[in-house]
Amino acid sequence: MEYIIEMLNIRKEFPGIVANDNITLQLQKGEIHALLGENGAGKSTLMNVLFGLYQPEKGKIRIRGKEVKIPDPNVANDLGIGMVHQHFMLVEPFTVTQNIILGKEPKTITGRIDLKKAEKEIRELSDRYGLKVDPTAKIRDISVGMQQRVEILKTLYRGAEVLIFDEPTAVLTPQEINELMEIMRSLVKEGKSIILITHKLKEIMQVADKCTIIRRGKGIGTRNVADTNANELASLMVGREINFKVDKHPATPKETVLEIKDLYVRDKRKIDMIKGLELNLRAGEIVGIAGIDGNGQTELIEAITGLTKTHSGTILLNNKDITNKNPRKITESGVGHIPQDRHKFGLVLDYTIGENMVLQTYYKKPYSKAGILNLKEIYRYAKNMITQFDVRTPSIHTKARALSGGNQQKAIIGREVDRSPDLLIAAQPTRGLDVGAIEFIHQKLIEERDKGRAVLLVSFELEEIMDVSDRIAVMFDGRIVADLKPEETNEQELGLLMAGSSTKKAGEN
Amino acid sequence: MSSSHRLFSVLIPIISVLLGLIAGAVIMLLSGYNPITGYAALWRGAFGDAYTIGETIRRSTPYILSGLAVAFAFRANLFNIGAEGQVIVGWLAAVWVGISVEAPMVIHLPLAILAAALAGALWGFIPGLLKAKLGVHEVIVTIMMNYIALYSTNEIIRNVLTDHKTTTESIHESASMASEWLGSITFFSRLHYGILLALFIAIIIWFLIDRTTIGYELKAVGFNPHASKYAGMNVSKNIILAMVISGALGGLAGAMEGLGTYGNISVMSGFSNIGFDGIAVALLGANTPLGVVIAAFLFGTLKEGAGEMPTGAGIPTELVDVIIAIIIFFVASSYIIRWALLRFKGGKSK
Repeated sequence: MEYIIEMLNIRKEFPGIVANDNITLQLQKGEIHALLGENGAGKSTLMNVLFGLYQPEKGKIRIRGKEVKIPDPNVANDLGIGMVHQHFMLVEPFTVTQNIILGKEPKTITGRIDLKKAEKEIRELSDRYGLKVDPTAKIRDISVGMQQRVEILKTLYRGAEVLIFDEPTAVLTPQEINELMEIMRSLVKEGKSIILITHKLKEIMQVADKCTIIRRGKGIGTRNVADTNANELASLMVGREINFKVDKHPATPKETVLEIKDLYVRDKRKIDMIKGLELNLRAGEIVGIAGIDGNGQTELIEAITGLTKTHSGTILLNNKDITNKNPRKITESGVGHIPQDRHKFGLVLDYTIGENMVLQTYYKKPYSKAGILNLKEIYRYAKNMITQFDVRTPSIHTKARALSGGNQQKAIIGREVDRSPDLLIAAQPTRGLDVGAIEFIHQKLIEERDKGRAVLLVSFELEEIMDVSDRIAVMFDGRIVADLKPEETNEQELGLLMAGSSTKKAGEN
Repeated sequence: MSSSHRLFSVLIPIISVLLGLIAGAVIMLLSGYNPITGYAALWRGAFGDAYTIGETIRRSTPYILSGLAVAFAFRANLFNIGAEGQVIVGWLAAVWVGISVEAPMVIHLPLAILAAALAGALWGFIPGLLKAKLGVHEVIVTIMMNYIALYSTNEIIRNVLTDHKTTTESIHESASMASEWLGSITFFSRLHYGILLALFIAIIIWFLIDRTTIGYELKAVGFNPHASKYAGMNVSKNIILAMVISGALGGLAGAMEGLGTYGNISVMSGFSNIGFDGIAVALLGANTPLGVVIAAFLFGTLKEGAGEMPTGAGIPTELVDVIIAIIIFFVASSYIIRWALLRFKGGKSK
């Protein structure tokens, strides 16, 4: 068999850590080869070596059987390697065509940019691979899924034979994910080869031919996807057995903790985002809010936590009115919040992980006294927390920015849970995390429930909602349109409700 | 990782200074002067005898405080270009109290110092308030506040404190930081007790930034206002507080001149540059109090030593200014050196 790319026994060190240790990846022409590993396992490092951003300490790279050195990304491009980045590198006010030709503009004889020619070429490429991209649309006017296709076109336009997809589904809706899978299939049908960086097993099983697994920087091996299953891949990736089904006893809900009555919240443009929402949440239960992004979930959480002012309605916590109180008051009255955007809200990334652990409690004893910080107590507490919640960090003095997403999330969850809040709000708590971290986080949420706390889970992943919740509230257009038990519904029904097709109360059938 | 980072932040300013000195030497060579005699004169001018040493320290004193002013605001992610105006109003307020109040020294001197800090704080409060409540960028407001400070101070000196004169009378003894003792051990230099106050304040600011809940909040707001709000901090309050403290430090730098060096205030045709140089001092000192103190002494040394270069080495004043400016340029643009070092390091190890 002919390999188009061979990375043999690659080793890459950074001061203090070995990011890649003896990793081998061999990509055949016309295959989709998944690169699987937990967050921080060294997948991106390996790809950056291939893309010429890093130089390996040891190991060889062969392209079409010939050994090569790749000192910078331009060389990688010339060798036919293209990268579809996780974070798109597009100029928003430019059109699709302008973005694609950027840096490689076709010129007319007079030296002007030949947009017509470029547009034609891009249209042809788009048709050939079924991308359905309009070359004249502006980037800011097209969806995230379309923007990703522009990134794909960019690599194709530059003559890429091998496409590296870096966590391509992280930003996509389920519908868009299916379409992307189709596109990947048609790419390999046309003779391209694909490396798919991911930690999502479902996608690998769905689309990949082979899978190379990395665990903590070490190459674990390569499997034919047809000869393996998700369980084996998961345990190879994490290094232990993974429990996919969430273990939990039935809930025993007690007194009402959160009561929301006739809530209205407006956004900056003064448009109602929450329209008369009613929600009750009792101690000892997990209520999952299912819904498509943008139906008022963010506004609901921000209203409860005091980050946004409500327009009207009341929010009661343990029968006390917390409507429009400031965030500190609300936190102190017993609300914990795992925010959806952990980088924007959850952490001060330039603070050390130790400093981040006391973000809401630094002003209290024993962490400070009369306004003077007690660093010893803070560090002792932080050390305790990172062991207890398995936050993998070189030290508590490491900046939060340097930690992987899963470890950042574990730190936030530790901090929020440890304050023993009566109400714990978890917004998209597992977004972008690998199976090991997801398992851990689901367990923690259920543990909190069993301790008698009320847990409000907001997630766009139906699987998560179905697995973890005791009760599902479907949110559509600023209202709760259905209140269901997970065992009495299914993904199809939820999908329809989320799209606003009908309303339903628990018990009705 | 962190130890190499620390080494880096020490190495960069040192390399910057050395490169600046080399560039200055090249300028001297090209203009037909001997750089060795030039720098020897600079050294003599700054450290030649007890008097020049005293003057060097005296000149460094306000730089410590104006550097702290800028650095403190930087830690909260605010760019206080208004230190200059805060210095001027602090200077004016200190002298005003020094002239018009009569009280024993234990009351009078602290009162004059406090007046300077309050005046500077007011000058920081206005841009802080506008930034916090209306989102007006502090750079624009502080630049304007500088002009307001300069021209209204000149007006007050001419028409309120004096009768159309350009210099006020001297402050009372009881408000003066001048020190016979410090003067006598430095051969009658104008070295005054302000240096002790400046160093003491540097320690306080270090403590405030690194060891108190106030500093913890200010830095958090500077790094990430969203997470700070989420954590229950009052973002507006912290922005205003950072500007107020920053302004107070600028005002104190003015007090060093008004109560220490000069004992009066004169009509100014242009800015004193103590506040503007504070920006470079803060950057060179990496916005840490210790770094600011060291950088302030470097600035004081260069400015004081430069005075000896025309007489001691025959280098024209204009050229001296160019040389000093080049050294400061290299120092202030240390990020270029950081970039070069990173690239060099990256090319070797990555």
